[in-house]
Amino acid sequence: MRTEKIETDVLIIGGGTAGCYAALTLASEAGGKRILIAEKANIRRSGCLAAGVNALNAYIIKGRTPQDYVEYAKKDAENIVREDLLLTMSEGLNRVTARLEELGLVILKNENGEYAARGNRNIKINGENIKPLLADAVRKCDNVQILNHVNMTDLLLADGRVCGAVGFHVDDSTVYEIHAGAVLCATGGAAGLYRPNNPGFSRHKMWYPPFNTGAGYAMGIQAGAEMTTFEMRFIALRCKDTIAPTGTIAQGVGAKQVNVFGQNYEKNYGITTSQRVYGTVEENRAGRGPCYLHTEGITGEQDKELLKAYLNMAPSQTLKWIEEEKNPSQKDVEIEGTEPYIVGGHTASGYWIDRERRTTLPGLYAAGDVAGGCPQKYVTGALVEGELAAKAIQKDLKESGADQGRYFAGQTAGNQAAAAIRGIYSHHLKKEPGPYSIDQVEEAMQKVMDQYAGGIGSGYRYNEKQLDLADEKITLLQKLAMDLKAEDMDDLLHIYEIKERLIVCRSLIAHLKARKETRWHSFGEHSDYPGKNKKYEKFVNSVLKDGRIQIIYRTLQKGDIEI
Amino acid sequence: MSIRINKEKCVACGKCREVCPGNLIKIGVDKKAQIRHPKECWGCTSCVKECSVNAIEFFLGADIGGAGSWMLTKEEGDIRHWIIHKSDGSVKTIQINKKNSNQY
Repeated sequence: MRTEKIETDVLIIGGGTAGCYAALTLASEAGGKRILIAEKANIRRSGCLAAGVNALNAYIIKGRTPQDYVEYAKKDAENIVREDLLLTMSEGLNRVTARLEELGLVILKNENGEYAARGNRNIKINGENIKPLLADAVRKCDNVQILNHVNMTDLLLADGRVCGAVGFHVDDSTVYEIHAGAVLCATGGAAGLYRPNNPGFSRHKMWYPPFNTGAGYAMGIQAGAEMTTFEMRFIALRCKDTIAPTGTIAQGVGAKQVNVFGQNYEKNYGITTSQRVYGTVEENRAGRGPCYLHTEGITGEQDKELLKAYLNMAPSQTLKWIEEEKNPSQKDVEIEGTEPYIVGGHTASGYWIDRERRTTLPGLYAAGDVAGGCPQKYVTGALVEGELAAKAIQKDLKESGADQGRYFAGQTAGNQAAAAIRGIYSHHLKKEPGPYSIDQVEEAMQKVMDQYAGGIGSGYRYNEKQLDLADEKITLLQKLAMDLKAEDMDDLLHIYEIKERLIVCRSLIAHLKARKETRWHSFGEHSDYPGKNKKYEKFVNSVLKDGRIQIIYRTLQKGDIEI
Repeated sequence: MSIRINKEKCVACGKCREVCPGNLIKIGVDKKAQIRHPKECWGCTSCVKECSVNAIEFFLGADIGGAGSWMLTKEEGDIRHWIIHKSDGSVKTIQINKKNSNQY
């Protein structure tokens, strides 16, 4: 393996929604700073927006205020939110939307020239090309260097400060050792922890990008960063099989959730995000499944618009309607809950950060799905967080006087850490094949999580004994993963994707155990403690110290929280 | 849910390999693109859109309702054509103007 050492002012890990916007913000105001994006795939279509998106779900429509958005998200999350983070995010939503329109995003307008609202917080767009638009804008910035197909695995620390990261090229055998004045983690959330809806050939036909494997969480956990609210898992209510969005049908044509008898069951369970999933699960358990979105009887024109809308974000659903030779007007759309994910853009799981998006590790910042405490951020919220983190980085580099510094110098600890990480890559590449394949370890992990940590197979339920078993088995799988053989860099990527997920699984299990209540149905369904408990109206946080996950409870409060 | 790459049509430009968000496409010894891990395809169609010679066909796995149809897409100015070849040999096309927003 060849090692390439790079020095930069700002390293952005992950060139998705938040990472690209952070780069744009830094590039326009940085005054000669060097910015480097390390992206596992290619920023043109990487991350959550690969297929496109058909609405912006977080926007302050006319007559509403950012504080209204905070209240909505707080209610949906049963109070476990950081109001300071939600407010700063909400205040920026319309600002970043205007910027997206400048970049070329098509947004539907009404007769007065205002954005046409879909419901109370959404606006309609043609977002098929939203990621190429963002990526093109980033590529035009002279001071932004983009390393595509480079997968970062570990943060570098020197004297308790994050001073860079190490990773490898997914095709050639180059190791990248990047030393930086500041590091922004914007890698996204974690998919593939649990056995998916379609465990066979279509195992990656899932809600969230299957390539977001929790790298950002894992590198932070291992470096000792504090994490919050992993136990607020996210489970999406989706169209069966294609796992395509349901909101477009529900909000677009006003389709209600009905059971096999055609009864609308929404009102029996409530309409928060988790209650919508829970209702569907419970109807199935009671023998009243399958459940559907009631679309029969919509007009031919509505059929046509739905088929087009899905081509712009989830083309498989349009193909499914065509395969079935039945449009939604002729056949209700069957729905199901997905396997659980850990994703800070929808629920509140992720890095514990301050109002300006600094993590608990000096030198490390977090934005987008990897950042915690601020649910319902969606695309626009992730853009705002990218912007806020970029501004904090500018300010901190200026204050520390480090912005003109050379970051290799005086970092013996960082250099030694990098050498150790290179050693682990070599271990996987050079070792003799062991008894287990990469696929086997992945399947074993997903089986354990499904059966003992509340996956689809167990109706999202778990108890303490099961969580203990899950932890024991995941710990064993971590040992097996260390023994996996990589024939090439592609295998090494897959091994790291499993190792990352196993690290996230262990933290998740610890969080599920620590919240001894059921605050959100389905998202965290604790069989030993089936109700809500006022005592747990607080954050469950965790830090990995000396190989052990320590739980820290933190109180909810209005206003800024010092971290 | 996955893709097939038509080797007759593939001109080995490497654009699909470059853009796949999962790094799933490799260039084979025959210098043609191939999907190394068909089961790992997310179904985002980024590669289908990128391919200028329409060599990449998108289909639904049998486990999620696939019945033999496949789809590709062509871009002409502001219009994106989605062309669906059905198993009975018929072809259906849906056109989307990129300048128009979704209605839902």
